Amino acid sequence: MSAAAECTTLSGLNGFAREVGEKSGQSIQLCYQCQKCAAGCPMGEFTDYYPNQILRLIQFGRKEEVLKSKGIWLCFSCETCGARCPNDINIAEVMDTLREMALAEKVPPGIKNAPIFHQAFLNSVKNRGRVHETLMMMNYKLKSGDLFSDLDVGLKMFQKGKLPILSRSIKNKGEVKKIFHRASGK
Amino acid sequence: MKFTYYPGCSLESSAKEYNLSAQSVCRGLGIELLELEDWSCCGATSAHNTNRLLAELLPARNLFIAQRMGYDIAVPCSACYSRLKKTDYVLRNNEEKRREIEQALGFKFDGSVQVYHLLEALTVKFGTANIAAQVKKPLAGLKAACYYGCLIVRPPEVTGFARPENPMIMDGLVNALGAEARPWSYKTDCCSSNQGLVNAGIARRVVDRILGMAAEAGADAVVTACPLCQTALEMRRSPDITIPVFYFTELIGIALDLPARKDWFVKHLVDPGPLLQNLSLAG
Ligand code: SF4
Ligand code: SF4
Repeated sequence: MSAAAECTTLSGLNGFAREVGEKSGQSIQLCYQCQKCAAGCPMGEFTDYYPNQILRLIQFGRKEEVLKSKGIWLCFSCETCGARCPNDINIAEVMDTLREMALAEKVPPGIKNAPIFHQAFLNSVKNRGRVHETLMMMNYKLKSGDLFSDLDVGLKMFQKGKLPILSRSIKNKGEVKKIFHRASGK
Repeated sequence: MKFTYYPGCSLESSAKEYNLSAQSVCRGLGIELLELEDWSCCGATSAHNTNRLLAELLPARNLFIAQRMGYDIAVPCSACYSRLKKTDYVLRNNEEKRREIEQALGFKFDGSVQVYHLLEALTVKFGTANIAAQVKKPLAGLKAACYYGCLIVRPPEVTGFARPENPMIMDGLVNALGAEARPWSYKTDCCSSNQGLVNAGIARRVVDRILGMAAEAGADAVVTACPLCQTALEMRRSPDITIPVFYFTELIGIALDLPARKDWFVKHLVDPGPLLQNLSLAG
C-alpha cells in the first residue's frame, strides 16, 4: 500500500503534508486522484503540475517541487477545482497556503513576476487605502522590467479616462496601515 | 429599497462605466445606494495569494462600516464581492477567527447586514419582474451570452448561488429586458484576469476561447457582472475580434431608456455602437 493510501487522518501524514493540511484547513489525505479538479482547471494547458498532481506531491512530502512549481503561481484562483472535488477539498485554499509558505521560506517563485505584481498592488493599498491602478501598473512595470507590453491598450485606456492620474486616498489611511502591520506580524 | 454600496477600486478607474450605469439604473428603479463611508480596498487576489490574514482583515474593515451604517451591502465587482462574502462567512462560522478579527479591528460583528452581489441585489432582492415592469425600450433582436465568471458563483457553500454550474439569474434578467439569452457552456469559466499583467499570452488564449464560444452560441454580445471580467474580455482579446461586452447594468439602462447611457458606451475599448445602431437601441 502506498504511503498516501494508508493515511486516513492528517496525523498520519509526513510533516509537509500535515503543515499544509493544518494551515489550509483542508483534508489533504482524502485526495484519491479522481482528477475532476484537473478536468476543469483553466491553467491546465499552461502549467507544470495539474491540481491533482500538486495534491499528490504534497501527500508524498515533496515540498521543494511543490513550492518552486509554476503551478502555484499560475493558478487563476477560479475555485473550479474545489467546487467539483468529491472530497470537498478546497484546492484554491491549498494554493493560497502554498504561495504563503513559498514566500515565507523565500523559495524563488516559478513565475518570477507574480509576487512582484502582488507586491505592487498591496503597496498601493497600504499607502492610500485603495489601489491607484495607474501608479500600481507603472510600479509593477518598473519592478518587473516588463516595460513595453500593453503600451497600446494602456494608451487607449488613458485616452478613455480609465487610467486617471489623480485619485482619492481614503481618510483613515492609518487604519489600513495598522491592518498591514498586524497581518505581517510587526 | 436601500443598500450600502461598495464600488471597489476598479469602478473608480478602469470600470467607470459600470459605476455610472449601476448608479443611474438604481436611481431609475427607485433603489437607494449609500456609498460605504471611507471604504478601503478589499485586498483582491493579491492579498489572499500572499497573506491570508490580510485577506480577511481588509474586507472586515468594510463589513464593519456597513454594519455601522445599518444596511445590506451591494457589491458590483465579483472579486470584491468574493472577498467580502468569504470574510462574512468566516465571521459567521469560525468563532476563533471572528475573535481574532474583532480584536484586531476593535469592533464587534453582529451579523445584522448581508453581503449581496449587485446582480443578486437587483434580480433577487429587488426582483427581475419588478425591473421588467419598468422596461420602456425592449432589447428586441439582441442575442446575448451571459457570462458569470468565477467568483460570483464559487465556492457555492459560501456564495449560496443557485445552480453554480449553470446559473440562470442573469439569463432571466436579459430575457426579461426583451433580449434573447443564448444557452452556452462557458458561463462560469474563468477569464484569467489575475494573469493579465503577468502572463498576457495565457490571458489572450483564455479570453479568445470564451469569446469564440459566445459567437459560436449565436451571441452578438457578451454580458458581464464584473469589472475584471469585462476589462479582460475587452483588453486581452486578439485585435480582430469585435464582439462587444456589456455590463448587465448597461443593458438595464438601455431598456429603461436612460439618456445617461451615452456616457457609458464611449468608455468601452470595444465599441458597442455599431451593434446598438443596428438594433435601433443607440438612443
Ligand atoms: S477532485 Fe479532489 S479528490 Fe479528485 S483529484 Fe482533485 S483534489 Fe483529488
Ligand atoms: S483554482 Fe487554480 S487549481 Fe483550481 S481550477 Fe482554478 S486555476 Fe486550477
